[in-house]
Amino acid sequence: MARTVWDSSVGKKTVMAVSGVIMLLYLVAHVIGNLKIFFGPDEFNHYGHWLRTVGEPFMHYEWTLWLIRVVLVVAVVAHATSAYQLSRRDLKARPTKYVHSKPRASYATRTMRWGGVILGLFIVWHVLDLTTGTVHSGGFQEGHPYQNVVDTFSTWYGNVIYIVAMLALGLHIRHGFWSAAQTLGVGSRARDRALKTVANVLALLLTAGFVAVPVGVMTGVVS
Amino acid sequence: MKLTLRVWRQKNAGAEGAMSTYEVDDISPDMSFLEMLDVLNEQLILSGEEPVAFDHDCREGICGACSLVINGDAHGPERTTTCQLHMRSFKDGDTIDIEPWRASAFPVIKDLVVDRSAFDRIIQAGGYITAPTGSAPEAHATPVPKADADFAFEHAECIGCGACVAACPNGAAMLFTSAKVNHLNVLPQGAPERETRVLDMVAQMDAEGFGGCTLTGECATACPKGIPLMSITSMNKEWLRATRKAGKR
Amino acid sequence: MTYTDYATGAPVTDPKAPSGPIHERWDKRRFEAKLVNPANRRKHTVIVVGTGLAGGSAGATLAEQGYHVVQFCYQDSPRRAHSIAAQGGINAAKNYRNDGDSIHRLFYDTVKGGDFRARESNVHRLAQISVEIIDQCVAQGVPFAREYGGLLDTRSFGGVQVSRTFYARGQTGQQLLLGAYQALSRQIAAGNVEMHPRTEMLDLIVVDGRARGIVARDLITGKIDTYFADAVVLASGGYGNVFYLSTNAMNSNATAIWRAHRRGAYFANPCFTQIHPTCIPRTGDHQSKLTLMSESLRNDGRIWVPKAKGDTRPPHRIPEDERDYYLERIYPSFGNLVPRDIASRAAKNVCDEGRGVGPGGQGVYLDFADAIKRMGRKAVEAKYGNLFDMYQRITDEDPYEVPMRIYPAVHYTMGGLWVDYDLQTTIPGLFAIGEANFSDHGANRLGASALMQGLADGYFVLPATINDYLARNPHQDPVTDRHPAVQEVLAETEDRINLLLAVDGDRTPDSFHRELGELMWEFCGMARSDAGLRKALERIPQIREEFWRRIKVPGTGEEFNQSLEKANRVVDYLELAELMCLDALHRTESCGGHFREESQTPDGEAARKDEEFSYAAAWEFTGTGEAPVLHKEDLVFEYVHPTQRSYA
Repeated sequence: MARTVWDSSVGKKTVMAVSGVIMLLYLVAHVIGNLKIFFGPDEFNHYGHWLRTVGEPFMHYEWTLWLIRVVLVVAVVAHATSAYQLSRRDLKARPTKYVHSKPRASYATRTMRWGGVILGLFIVWHVLDLTTGTVHSGGFQEGHPYQNVVDTFSTWYGNVIYIVAMLALGLHIRHGFWSAAQTLGVGSRARDRALKTVANVLALLLTAGFVAVPVGVMTGVVS
Repeated sequence: MKLTLRVWRQKNAGAEGAMSTYEVDDISPDMSFLEMLDVLNEQLILSGEEPVAFDHDCREGICGACSLVINGDAHGPERTTTCQLHMRSFKDGDTIDIEPWRASAFPVIKDLVVDRSAFDRIIQAGGYITAPTGSAPEAHATPVPKADADFAFEHAECIGCGACVAACPNGAAMLFTSAKVNHLNVLPQGAPERETRVLDMVAQMDAEGFGGCTLTGECATACPKGIPLMSITSMNKEWLRATRKAGKR
Repeated sequence: MTYTDYATGAPVTDPKAPSGPIHERWDKRRFEAKLVNPANRRKHTVIVVGTGLAGGSAGATLAEQGYHVVQFCYQDSPRRAHSIAAQGGINAAKNYRNDGDSIHRLFYDTVKGGDFRARESNVHRLAQISVEIIDQCVAQGVPFAREYGGLLDTRSFGGVQVSRTFYARGQTGQQLLLGAYQALSRQIAAGNVEMHPRTEMLDLIVVDGRARGIVARDLITGKIDTYFADAVVLASGGYGNVFYLSTNAMNSNATAIWRAHRRGAYFANPCFTQIHPTCIPRTGDHQSKLTLMSESLRNDGRIWVPKAKGDTRPPHRIPEDERDYYLERIYPSFGNLVPRDIASRAAKNVCDEGRGVGPGGQGVYLDFADAIKRMGRKAVEAKYGNLFDMYQRITDEDPYEVPMRIYPAVHYTMGGLWVDYDLQTTIPGLFAIGEANFSDHGANRLGASALMQGLADGYFVLPATINDYLARNPHQDPVTDRHPAVQEVLAETEDRINLLLAVDGDRTPDSFHRELGELMWEFCGMARSDAGLRKALERIPQIREEFWRRIKVPGTGEEFNQSLEKANRVVDYLELAELMCLDALHRTESCGGHFREESQTPDGEAARKDEEFSYAAAWEFTGTGEAPVLHKEDLVFEYVHPTQRSYA
């Protein structure tokens, strides 16, 4: 069965849809967590600490977090690999362009590939910036996420990278959510409007929620 | 009407092609697009040039032979086949670009004629119900709910022209394949082969070198028979169902 | 000796025709026919030319039986054969409506509708098989229209008083053809059918008096090749394109049957052509083909013209009492539903009187105003929506607002290769099925009967009868290209192609085709006269001579060359047209689609002459432009006694 799925273009799309949904669920949790920053360093740092102790005493310290990280890495890799392989197939299937070409499809649809690449690069930067601290601008302090976030968004490039990536994320989700529904066969004529609305609302809320943090830092609401 | 045509000319499958420019005059708005090309071809033959090769047959929008990309649109600006497109959709003095279907699974044979035999092979892979002649039960033995019959018909309307592939930025054949899968899979007669049909047809579609679906919706917009984009969703559902069932065996 | 001085040869008889009570004949023939052992079938190769309803269903069924089938079509895919364009429906004597239908009634209606020029035995078999066809197609997944209870819907169609027509919206032909195409595809995948698309038959190979193969041209590479078999089946359709403008597909052609005729197969009733009453009128000289509007429209639409000559007011400005609903007036009991030949001729008559509408006065109104008032626009839309859309696309007029304009056009040819009860032509081993043969429709075909006949021949009749031929000729000598008979056919074909390319004149294939078509429409169309036909017979050889002097075909024979394909088809039209006119000239009666001006009743209706013409005219070829030999097959009516048709 795994072979059938991976060998088929429809199967690879299924992999993309499932991994996309996993990442989307994570993002919903992520944005809720992020918004705690507006309630001050204590609450935010406390939340950061709690993430490491979830599931105790059943789980050991950071086990749950690592489990989530593993699932996410698998999802990202599966999503990106499928996307890469499908894109190769698509480009090969249409090697000659039309002389008379027209802009096609919606902006969100057309930018899925490049949007995906931007998001991939962003994730790398984001992890190196705020998880490992490797490329962090200020002095990265383990266990003080509030200060780290403020540091990042105190640089112009930190804001630019983050905001651009979050706009790309919005577009990506807008087409991706609806598209995943079709791939998983849950779309229908009756449900189509609802699915498109949910996709738009999700895209808007997630983008707004994430962008609120750098805006908060820039405007001094968070400092 | 007087028109400037820029037409893709390609001597044969192996040759390089290029756009050539021609002028046609005295075109009536009541002419069909292909009748306008007839005028051009008569002109070319008399001047000793080779006429433009293009596929066409019934000229009433049902055989699916005609296949031109006109100004970047498969079958031109109206939602119909090229043969049912009329010159009243254009203006005097227009320049019209005419190109063949573009997809690596549809190689050009000559000028505007492409090889669409990949579609036949997708049908051969499972786009049928095994019912050898003489084996049929009485037609009323199995009632089919009207909604299912209508759903089947809506998808059975596909004329196999390939506009969906031509319009798709990925050269995907999902709309074509899904139309046949949905037509047969919804019917009680098609149930015994429901899983193998969708798995085999999708596998053949991939083997032919068609691209994957990114749900841009271009196929459904170009489809002269209005096969809905949702058709692909239904096929995906069938495919997942079949894959799950195959996994359990 | 001129062409019109034809000789009458020995009558042609049908040696396979079974005797006995009519409803037992088909069973009897099937029992008497020899069978081929299933294990031996794969050793037999059968060539099938064409992939329409008849060819597609025959190819699939023969392959299912175990024969090795080699099949050809000129289209890029077997799915595109012109059967796909049939709109209305398919008849079957299911009597699902409990409205008094039966096999016998379908048989009766078809013999009568054909104006008593068809064989009773064949028509009865057709009616019997009609029932099985529906079962077969439903099993294949053909999405016929259904009612809310899930059962099949039927409607009444063209001149019939029972609802026996099964349909799939306005695309019945498409759905039936795709059913046959899918069955054929299954056999192609299984390796039982070797399919050659984009390959056109150019001649028949006859060895020792038997059909043993064909010469065909690969339309992509231009390569001319030979293909050999134990039997050849022609399912290449009709020859309506002789008229240039017709409802046939642009590339439908007569080459396969005409070449077979030249090789010895008799051609029967070539003048029996059907002019369909409801087509969209032509708009100008650029017209390349005519589009049919399904006859089903006559169920709810009312046909009329203004009472006054030359009335140019728009239709809505013509008051009710100044309109002539001429079909309802002349034929009160059938009204707008009279058979096709009658409806067409009536339209021609009112236009000839100067009461036609639209450009050139070549049209009559088909008005849905009353239907919309009665049923509501929604119901009309549900029933005819796709046809209305099609009309609007072509004419740019909205038929919900303005009455449609329609005019008759060439649609179907009842004539074709003469075949016996087994569908075998006069060349042993050569079979003709579907529209390519002449057998079932007589002088006029009823609506929704062509699909029935094509599928009956392909699914049920031929697969049963070809067994008999193959069983009786189990070991035919293998044939190769080196055989002198094959060499000769090949050389002739190549010479013809080379000559077409060599003339390098100044007229296009289309210009000749158009000229011939106009001549045929004028003199061998809806009404024919002695003087007109003689004029046409004088002109045709002149056009032919000019053709071979002035034809221009660019390019070469070794490539994809659509002008060459076209020119080669026109060569055959130029010969076939002559035979059609001669047949029309010799038949000095009016019957069905053949209306001789000299033979009418005092009130202008067609007058049949049963004492003189109750026969099928089978013509034997003797040479291009040479007088053919007429062989008559007497028609015997034991069950349906000829009466002058009355639809009044």
